[in-house]
Amino acid sequence: MPKRTDIKSVLLLGSGPIVIGQACEFDYSGTQAVRALREEGYRVILVNSNPATIMTDPDLADATYIEPLTREWVERVIEREKPDALLPTMGGQTALNISLELSDAGVLDQYGVKLIGADARAIRMAEDREQFATAMQRIGLSVPHGGFVGSLEEALQVVEKIGFPAIVRPSFTLGGTGGGIAYNRDEFDQVVRAGLAASPVGEVLVDRSVIGWKEFELEVMRDHADNVVIVCSIENFDAMGVHTGDSITVAPALTLSDLEYQRLRDAAIACIREIGVDAGGCNIQFAVNPDDGEMLIIEMNPRVSRSSALASKATGFPIARIGAKLAVGYRLDELPNAITQMTPASFEPVLDYIVVKIPRFAFEKFPTADATLGVQMKAVGEIMAIGRTFKEAWMKGFRSLENGRCGWECSDTLADDGLTGDDPASLLAALRRPTAERPFQIKRALQAGLDVEAISEASHIDPWFIAQLEEIVEAEDRYAAVEAVTRDELLEMKRFGFGDAQLARIRGASEAQVREERWNLGIRPSYKMVDTCAGEFPAATPYLYSTYEDENESIRSDRRKVVVLGSGPNRIGQGVEFDYCCVSAAMALAEEGYETIMVNSNPETVSTDFDVSDKLYFEPLTLENVLEIVHLEQPEGLVVQTGGQTPLLLAKKLDAIGVPILGTSVDAIDRAEDRERFEALARELKIEQPANGLAMSAAEAIKVAERIGYPVLVRPSYVLGGRAMEIVYDDESLKSYFERAIRASPEHPVLIDRFLEDAFEADVDAVSDGERVLIGGVMQHIEDAGIHSGDSACVVPPYLLRDDHVEEMKAHTRALATALHVVGLINVQFAVKDDVVYVLEVNPRASRTVPFLSKATGIPLARIAARCMVGRKLEEFGLSSDPLVSGVAVKESVFPFDKLPGVDPLLGPEMRSTGEVMGIADSFGHAFAKAQVAAGNKLPLSGRIAVTVHDEDKPNAIPIVRRFHEQGYEIWATAGTARYLQARGIPAKPVLKVHEGRPNLVDHLISGDIDMLINTPLGKHAQHDDYAIRRAAIERGVLYTTTLSAASALCDALIGLRFRKPEVLSLQQRVIGAGAFATTDLEPGMITGV
Amino acid sequence: MALGEVVFTTSLAGYQEILTDPSYAGQIVTMTAPLIGNYGVAADDDQAARPWAAGLVVRELSGRYSNWRADGSLQDYLARHGIASIEAVDTRRLTRHIRSEGAMRAGIGSEELGEAEILRRVQEHPPMAGLDLTGVVTTDEAYPVAAHGAERFRVAVYDFGVKRRSLELLAGRGCELTVYPATTPASEVLDSGIDGIFLSNGPGDPGAVPGVAELIDSLAAREIPLFGICLGHQLICRGFGAETFKLLYGHRGGNHPVQRLETQGVEITSQNHGFAVRCDGDLVPGAPDLLVSHINLNDRTLEGVRHRSLPIVAVQYHPESAPGPHDSRYLFDEFLRMMENGPGPT
Repeated sequence: MPKRTDIKSVLLLGSGPIVIGQACEFDYSGTQAVRALREEGYRVILVNSNPATIMTDPDLADATYIEPLTREWVERVIEREKPDALLPTMGGQTALNISLELSDAGVLDQYGVKLIGADARAIRMAEDREQFATAMQRIGLSVPHGGFVGSLEEALQVVEKIGFPAIVRPSFTLGGTGGGIAYNRDEFDQVVRAGLAASPVGEVLVDRSVIGWKEFELEVMRDHADNVVIVCSIENFDAMGVHTGDSITVAPALTLSDLEYQRLRDAAIACIREIGVDAGGCNIQFAVNPDDGEMLIIEMNPRVSRSSALASKATGFPIARIGAKLAVGYRLDELPNAITQMTPASFEPVLDYIVVKIPRFAFEKFPTADATLGVQMKAVGEIMAIGRTFKEAWMKGFRSLENGRCGWECSDTLADDGLTGDDPASLLAALRRPTAERPFQIKRALQAGLDVEAISEASHIDPWFIAQLEEIVEAEDRYAAVEAVTRDELLEMKRFGFGDAQLARIRGASEAQVREERWNLGIRPSYKMVDTCAGEFPAATPYLYSTYEDENESIRSDRRKVVVLGSGPNRIGQGVEFDYCCVSAAMALAEEGYETIMVNSNPETVSTDFDVSDKLYFEPLTLENVLEIVHLEQPEGLVVQTGGQTPLLLAKKLDAIGVPILGTSVDAIDRAEDRERFEALARELKIEQPANGLAMSAAEAIKVAERIGYPVLVRPSYVLGGRAMEIVYDDESLKSYFERAIRASPEHPVLIDRFLEDAFEADVDAVSDGERVLIGGVMQHIEDAGIHSGDSACVVPPYLLRDDHVEEMKAHTRALATALHVVGLINVQFAVKDDVVYVLEVNPRASRTVPFLSKATGIPLARIAARCMVGRKLEEFGLSSDPLVSGVAVKESVFPFDKLPGVDPLLGPEMRSTGEVMGIADSFGHAFAKAQVAAGNKLPLSGRIAVTVHDEDKPNAIPIVRRFHEQGYEIWATAGTARYLQARGIPAKPVLKVHEGRPNLVDHLISGDIDMLINTPLGKHAQHDDYAIRRAAIERGVLYTTTLSAASALCDALIGLRFRKPEVLSLQQRVIGAGAFATTDLEPGMITGV
Repeated sequence: MALGEVVFTTSLAGYQEILTDPSYAGQIVTMTAPLIGNYGVAADDDQAARPWAAGLVVRELSGRYSNWRADGSLQDYLARHGIASIEAVDTRRLTRHIRSEGAMRAGIGSEELGEAEILRRVQEHPPMAGLDLTGVVTTDEAYPVAAHGAERFRVAVYDFGVKRRSLELLAGRGCELTVYPATTPASEVLDSGIDGIFLSNGPGDPGAVPGVAELIDSLAAREIPLFGICLGHQLICRGFGAETFKLLYGHRGGNHPVQRLETQGVEITSQNHGFAVRCDGDLVPGAPDLLVSHINLNDRTLEGVRHRSLPIVAVQYHPESAPGPHDSRYLFDEFLRMMENGPGPT
């Protein structure tokens, strides 16, 4: 069955901004799908609101729409492009839901768009749990018995039958948002209410609790001819009850006999056939009772998923790529296995290694969030590690996490391991509650002599896993106790997966000593291939992992080569935007004729797709692992600028050992980051900086504050995403901050800056070839100073900055890039206050905004930067003038507050957003409106606005509120604000604050009386009242803003929307239409070649 | 010391079924899956009364097992049955070696013997080509297996090394079985009033099994439905004049795609064979009465045949799949349909 010829163009939907539960795995799947479809000659039309993605690079799809992912906006794209088909399965739940809405609304029929891959009936049967349960019963499979309910009363009837604990899952939500486990009636009431509210259809599923059962997942693919293969089995280390996205998982399944595995396989095949996913992949989850093997089917996702991305990386079988080809009519046996190239894709991959995936959390950013892991996903990223044994993969995995521990090791304090004591009772109590620290608690429990059974019983983790971990602990004890380490002993530890750094700590040596000793003893890793077939057939694609065994399969070529260091696990402050830059660098350097070697540990990424680089090392981004690759490959240099902080921190150590770094020197990086050296530079260049100082103690800090004056911005040096960054107004707070901050980063002093209140801020990204500097753009922040640049919305070109200030910023950027001898990317942050342009920060590396700016201007900054790093000059690309933005582009941040109950959504200097969206249009209002809609905010075109602002903000609030009033919005305000507004001629209805009685503002928010909330914080500490109001807005999905500048921008947006609907326009048309490509005269092939 | 032909299987699980599969007699099995023994052993998973593999090579033998079905550890099981095993081997390297050099004679011995002595013993060991092992693994005496539920058909099973799962699948479909030793004369079987004959899997070189031509001639002459698996398939093919040859390293595992030519459908199959029947497109050279019904999509080798006119089907792979996927169980149903139709041309 060859590919379909009745369709010529395919519409593909991305998944929008990175949020908890839907991360860059969908950039990976979408990118693969776009490439797979274009290969077949289809015109590919892509819609995704997330500019940080690789898939939205304008040379990937034929028409790229960076537009909001809502039914309404996608419909406009359909109207404009009239695609023949829609592939709904590559963009996560978002794409699936929109596709279903478009189908239900008749839009697809109206424009003659065919759903391919999975049709509406199949999607609905898989997604609607009632239909799914019935379908499974039809084929003789059991589901956790329970029922769907639309009210608390019905839920109570169900729970009466099934008893506690019960699991509550809202229908049609992402990552289980709004669900929970209830152990008693009170909790049940709470969870059911929250779930009903979270479900767009007001429905929750009350399930029989299978907490403690073993959890398995199968990745299944099916073609039009009904051929079905299982790509991968995944076993969860954490038992049922912890969301699979929050669980440590292992591939392949390890504790099932063939008989049991085949039962799951048979059930999975029956399931995909019954649901009728007729061409593509799906993920099916099972629970297995550890006591009697009873098997229940939990759910099926009729699309690619986080697990399918993991399965693709774990096996080398590109599920999304194959899925896209199946969707256009190919059969599995007509497609080649991409790795062996000589055998067909109609097979089941086999592994001769073990894969461990470990989630990464960000609870340090949300200290008030409930850190218990449950059915609602909370992880923000993950790593994958490959080893020849479970123990090795486990140890490599913990080395990959970049969480400050040098592997699977306990912290110095019990508190850091989430413990209050290390007696058996405390340990067992802790193990009963799944948290991010539980793996370390298990280690402590084993060290304390608790037996495998006790630990397994408390944690519900299969004793097989605990016994494996016990072997690691025993090996560590042996190693610690030997008099002198012999070659055999060291080799054994390496085979267990211990890193040099951890071995050093065990025996009180330095990492360098262990490394030297290891090298002297001739102990080096060997590299093995991930080849889908356990060595049965030769592999054509070098996808490698390290282990300590006899045979090394990684053969160095004689080509010129570069190593690109990836960005490791996604975390807040380091996400898909850096993967975009790494992939861009690898592609550009491949075009320059280099063999490109990628090193990364993040399975969700495009960079770890084995066909993005010439060679892929799926390895922890640690000094040890990178050094070994460098030793083997002997590259001309390493690209460290594109992967965020991870490679940059490594660069210093690598440089010290003499490893060549491409582009900007490590010394220049240090000069930009080291406070004193940078100050000297700024003075030399006559660039103003906010008054500042360094402090090692609270006393020193107070002295600095006296000198520079409050308020001050304090932060530990060398941190990411504004970790532990705060604005401090007095000595008392400074002292209390200092106690906490010192623990956050003991080796480095605390940086103290004068905080420029009410300043405008801007970011500049630029590329330098060492001689000339190309300014990518000046992006003005929409929120005022004091809000982390990663959390602030921004706009390019600037809309409220004076031209002379913009020019000054550009001049400063050029001066800094030249003085630092930057070769590659540089990002400079500026603030403007009282007519003075201050430089706040210089980062001689790729910034978070590089992809956004590249999409806005059509200039692929990261690719140009990579070429500069290997000696190319800007003038060779004809980039004689700085690029222009055609229209206005707004970046808006997206936050995880809806996933983390108990967290205040107030923005501050500590970054907390997980993702971003872009709105691009002809005017600021429209661009901002698009960005808001894309970020999931409901923009009320009319209605009621509640205003409650800090006294100091009142004067500035007047013009904004007046504009809303003039547009016909009804204004409600808390007493003080209402009086102030009324006195200035704005009618405002007073409404009670929380402590003033009822119904109060929170009640009104909950009742749906309010369409938008403007709430600026009352003073330096968020008060409970404010907090309750903001949380109510979040939970009810009411548009809210906590800054006046954003309120003003929203006003522009609403006015824009009320008068004219913004148009959709593809990036290709927008940029080419505006001549941005033409004026910069890019050489052929420079932005192509994906 | 264990001696045999070293081969590798890519099955991820099912080590106990593999060890007890009589087709592995005379072979040292390398598991490409690196962790073996995780779920222990369970008596129900045995495919024969004892393990037949000559030895086991693994990367890591799990120190602990965990599974509700388990009744002991793999270590104890191996020790109890005197099966030599070796761990901490770079099994991927060994697999790649076998892949390029072919399945070869090998031994597992203790260091005390010395390398030279081990090598000498290995070289003295007979190679697999030319070796008939059916006599070693077959039953000494015929025995019955009762049909589950009502008896629908009576089936004679030639035991060249039959796996219990094959017997269970037949019995489970209402077949009353009599399992005969491999050397039982055709006449004895044919005179027992049977509806069909099942030729089982088994070890060794099909070319070395004596009396094949006579056996197959006699069985086919009665036009009784005939179903062969693995060695049984090879013997049927040889009986009709086909040629068998040794594959470089064979097919062993649970993930090989096999295409059923009749429907073009692909099934994921359980495989365990070192020899194959030569084919040329959909023809079987030397056996004009046979048509190719299944091929292996990895290397286009022959995976199944049917007779042009008689009720005879045979497959090279293992539809009984213990271990392995259940995609090919329809073949047992097809055998039953043939028996329903009775003897004579199809």
